[in-house]
Amino acid sequence: MSTAAQEFERKAAEKSADLVHRGIVRWNIDQYDTGVGRGKTRFADWEAARQRCHDIKWEGVNHLDKYLLQFEQKVKENGGHVFWAENGEEACKYICDVAARGGVKKVVKSKSMVSEEIHLATALEKIGVEVVETDLGEFIVQLRNEPPYHIVTPAMHLNRQQVSKLFHEKLGSAETQDPPELVAIARRWLRKDFFSAEMGISGANFIVADAGMVTITTNEGNGRLSTSVPRIHVALTGIEKVIPRLQDLAALWPTLATAGTGQPITCYNTLMGGARRAGEVDGPEEFHVVLVDNGRTELLADLEQREVLHCIRCGACINACPVFRNIGGHAYGVTYPGPIGSVLTPHLRGLPEYQHLSYASSLCGACTDVCPVHIDLHHHLLHNRRNAIHAGTHPGSERLAMKSFCWMMSSARRFRFFGWLGRLALRVVHALGLEGTALDPMRPWTKDRAMPAIPRQSFREMWRQQNGTH
Amino acid sequence: MPKVSLFIPCFVDQLNPQVGMDVVRVLRRIGYEVDFPEAQTCCGQPAFNTGYWDEARPLAERFVRIFGSAEVVVSPSGSCTTMVKAYYPELLAGTPLHDDAVKLGERVYEFTQFLVKVAKVTDVGASFPHKVTFHDSCHGLRELHIKQEPRELLKNVRGLELVDLPYGEECCGFGGAFSVKYAMISAAMGDTKAGNIEKSGAEYVTAADPSCLMHIEGILRRKKSQARTIHVASILAQTAAAGEQASAAGAKR
Repeated sequence: MSTAAQEFERKAAEKSADLVHRGIVRWNIDQYDTGVGRGKTRFADWEAARQRCHDIKWEGVNHLDKYLLQFEQKVKENGGHVFWAENGEEACKYICDVAARGGVKKVVKSKSMVSEEIHLATALEKIGVEVVETDLGEFIVQLRNEPPYHIVTPAMHLNRQQVSKLFHEKLGSAETQDPPELVAIARRWLRKDFFSAEMGISGANFIVADAGMVTITTNEGNGRLSTSVPRIHVALTGIEKVIPRLQDLAALWPTLATAGTGQPITCYNTLMGGARRAGEVDGPEEFHVVLVDNGRTELLADLEQREVLHCIRCGACINACPVFRNIGGHAYGVTYPGPIGSVLTPHLRGLPEYQHLSYASSLCGACTDVCPVHIDLHHHLLHNRRNAIHAGTHPGSERLAMKSFCWMMSSARRFRFFGWLGRLALRVVHALGLEGTALDPMRPWTKDRAMPAIPRQSFREMWRQQNGTH
Repeated sequence: MPKVSLFIPCFVDQLNPQVGMDVVRVLRRIGYEVDFPEAQTCCGQPAFNTGYWDEARPLAERFVRIFGSAEVVVSPSGSCTTMVKAYYPELLAGTPLHDDAVKLGERVYEFTQFLVKVAKVTDVGASFPHKVTFHDSCHGLRELHIKQEPRELLKNVRGLELVDLPYGEECCGFGGAFSVKYAMISAAMGDTKAGNIEKSGAEYVTAADPSCLMHIEGILRRKKSQARTIHVASILAQTAAAGEQASAAGAKR
């Protein structure tokens, strides 16, 4: 078992038993569910919106070559810079170089999961640059020295009491249970950073090819401040975020907002296409877009799973996932938790080390049901499992057990015999009072669940008794 | 007399034989001739779902051959029906039996869906004077789109009071091999489900999948809950006289 798999088991076991954690997450997701339920009713046809968004993303992802080049050309025409990063190191190096050249001491960041994926903050801190997260949730988890718990709601695992205590300890604010006051504390604290930072880093929700612009979507206005006040703006994004046309946002923005939070549209949707031009009063002096591959073209080459690149990072699958609801976001130990992460991570970080995540699912399909761009998530989990077996990442003993099972099941006589033997064994275990003890061969089941009563007769025996043999 | 062939999943055959017998009773009561092809074993889902597709394939081929000549196949498990209907075409892609599997899939039905959609029966003359809640099992709900069928059937059961299950569409946590591979997560999900069953105030939780019920029952019993599990076929099999017996038996406990 890989180190990541062991760590996952340990954390999942711990969180599964943590009822306080379960309660907080349930409460937060209940709020979300109510909002999304209401949000969907605002659409004349939610299914049509999903289909439309799927089609837009399909067009972009299946013609990355065309649209990314179109985008690059436009950005350059508008005086911006575009850097193509093969992997995380290249992206980090480029951004660190830009920071060093520009004499940057402080960076304000709006939310970017790609920056988490490539560990950008660590790279910047290594060269002496202070990094301040300005999304409220990100700000909170940064103060706690934690990675984001969820891709949309990074501090979903905390309640207001915990946030109040954290602000009191780290920022010296008076304790308060009032959410608007907590927001105000963060706002006052961050204000000085927005105006002293030399560089702002953002992600991108979409890259618009025909306009040569990146868009970011935020609810707090921190994205706009981060990208327009500092001298330098770097937009960091995965290559799969490209969409063909500006007008596509008419479908994508409301669909993303509804699937992500239940809002009709997110409060701030910003389009940025270059540095400040002559005669303009604000905006950065330098505009850089870093296009990150980091395994995405490998996924593009996988026809079966290519559609995973359609993901618009709304977080709906994570909220819908009953596994997430019990173990939470940190247990996964990866950048992208929940179903999308379990599908994606083996592609970004390697199948042998991360195939276990595809098994940590009951394949219930709730994720697929809610995905606003129609990614067949639970089937991809199944495909990852098949790929893991083909790659030989599982112990030989498991394969032997599975082969034996299939051999047993390939003959009705063998099935009858082993079925009889198995039931007999289970009755003996029960009769000896071993159920649930260390000596119980069914312990993986009986540790948490009672054994069902084992019948003396199988169905086929009952059937024969009633109907005779054929 | 119209004829149906029974597909009794392997674990139902071994662990819940009564569910199979109850399916037979209901089908006969509404006028079907029932056949049980005894060569059947397992549809291959345990191997398929854990990624062992090469091992699962011969079992799928075997299944397609055994049921190839059946007019209609009925099974008391939404999950195993899904395996045949939704996954066989992918598992057998590029093999000689692929087309047969697709055609067979069109003739395979989960029990409640068969009753309502094919047999066009929503009242099977059952009686079960108890407060019952229904758990939507995932494969049935999301792969086969079964939602109203079992409810329509249950609403027509004499004396039965159907109550809503909070978060009824949330997975119970069984998930096949998941239930032992990640038993702690599975049990936590089951614990949540059990809590919601208790909140519903129902005496019985029913479902169209014996595997979910086995898991839920195991959790409920560990929690020493009063709520009990029963397969939907076993409710529909109870007629007035038998229903009274069940009620009396329930009162004794």
